[in-house]
Amino acid sequence: MSSAPRLLPGNRVLRYTLHERLIHWISALAFIYVLLTGLAFYSPSLYWLAAVLGGGPTARFWHPWSGVLFMAMCAWMYRMWRADMRITSADRAWQQALPRYVRNEDEALPAIGRFNAGQKYFFWLMFWSGLLLVLSGLVLWFPERIAWSWRGLRYLAILVHVSAALLTIGAFIIHVYMGTAVVRGGFTSIIRGEVSQGWARMHHALWLRDLK
Amino acid sequence: MNTLSLKRVSASTSPAPGVRQEPTLAKYIDTTSCIGCKACEVACQEWNDLPPEATVQLGTYQTLPQLTPNYWNLIRFHEYEQDGALNWLMRKDQCMHCGDPGCLKACPAPGAIVQYGNGIVDFNQDNCIGCGYCMTGCPFNIPKFNQKTKKVYKCTLCSDRVSVGLEPACIKSCPTGCLQFGTKAQLTEVGNRRVKQLQSQGYPNAAIYDPPGVGGTGVITVLAHGDQPELYGLPRDPTIPLAVMLWKIPLKWLGSLAIVGGIIGTGLHYLRFGAKHVPLEKEEP
Repeated sequence: MSSAPRLLPGNRVLRYTLHERLIHWISALAFIYVLLTGLAFYSPSLYWLAAVLGGGPTARFWHPWSGVLFMAMCAWMYRMWRADMRITSADRAWQQALPRYVRNEDEALPAIGRFNAGQKYFFWLMFWSGLLLVLSGLVLWFPERIAWSWRGLRYLAILVHVSAALLTIGAFIIHVYMGTAVVRGGFTSIIRGEVSQGWARMHHALWLRDLK
Repeated sequence: MNTLSLKRVSASTSPAPGVRQEPTLAKYIDTTSCIGCKACEVACQEWNDLPPEATVQLGTYQTLPQLTPNYWNLIRFHEYEQDGALNWLMRKDQCMHCGDPGCLKACPAPGAIVQYGNGIVDFNQDNCIGCGYCMTGCPFNIPKFNQKTKKVYKCTLCSDRVSVGLEPACIKSCPTGCLQFGTKAQLTEVGNRRVKQLQSQGYPNAAIYDPPGVGGTGVITVLAHGDQPELYGLPRDPTIPLAVMLWKIPLKWLGSLAIVGGIIGTGLHYLRFGAKHVPLEKEEP
């Protein structure tokens, strides 16, 4: 996407440009806000989250706007990463070896490009769920504007909103866990943008090959 | 109303504190002796000090097309032709004070909707967050959202009056006695007597409307055409919407299990497999 040189001095590789990092973090913060306020509305046991985030009416006011911001960032990422997120034959081979990836037997894994299949599926799940959440969320945002004869739409929106939200929460837990605890260097890369060539070779060999 | 009277509290993690044993109260509405004078509408506006509502010409005597956040009590006028004869059906529409209130079930804000021991379902606007879920949970299309205050409003059954031993304002104003207030048991008897009378007067299908799907209502409505509640704008067999029930019970349990499972699962994975480190030999090209 960006024309910035990817290979840096000292065997470093630029994994994420400043632009990519910024978009990632805006969407992350927006998501965390909708997640926490959404959980507050989801369960009385978690309602204290709404109190922490400004109180019930404030959380009710900002939750939909934050959702819109999240979806806007998703759309931006789609523009930015669409080509990188295409599922390739290398991904399918890698997917076959997923149990080995889970067991951290990374030497035996097929080489892959800039993102692995897990990251790609995460992106697409967040993108499509986000779209469903925004569409159903519009109905929940203005329930008084939905005519009584159209109330079926409200019922549908509730079920779609909760189901899609739960999918994103599951994906989010795995994403944060992988990015911080498991794949060491991943978290630094999304903050400062850089990884070592060794890291790139181990996790994304085809990407590094194409950069060289 | 007192804490000791709270039978149900919305979005509460602990049981409601009410311990008082109180009879279930109800409003009796005999649609067959209502003359459509709308004194009850005026009394409701006056007692609750609600501002006037601008209306539109509907071509009928009905005050407004529907209830609004500032108008909690509306006589609905329905015209129904039967065997060439015109039936003019008037029904007082307001909150039904359900035994099992869908609004309360759907509400995510602790204490925003309560049900008292006497059956009155009341909104506490100071706890309301304005999400509008109650509007989706209600099978009768009663709660209304105020754009200015961002809160939802409806008939309180004059809980302020009832708590000091007075009858609701609408009841007090009714000139024909088609509105009565008392215990539900007592008014059900009054209703049954009236139904029998109607049946002997040429309305064989006369019946009381007290739908069991919402746990019965705090409003006993006598209908001459009891086999066709739709004629009066009443749903035949109202229940809490299935979507609300699915959302509040199985989806919630599944979701909570999945979230907790996900957190425990990742924790176990870390304990068993740990992190992926780049081996030193890979660092040297």
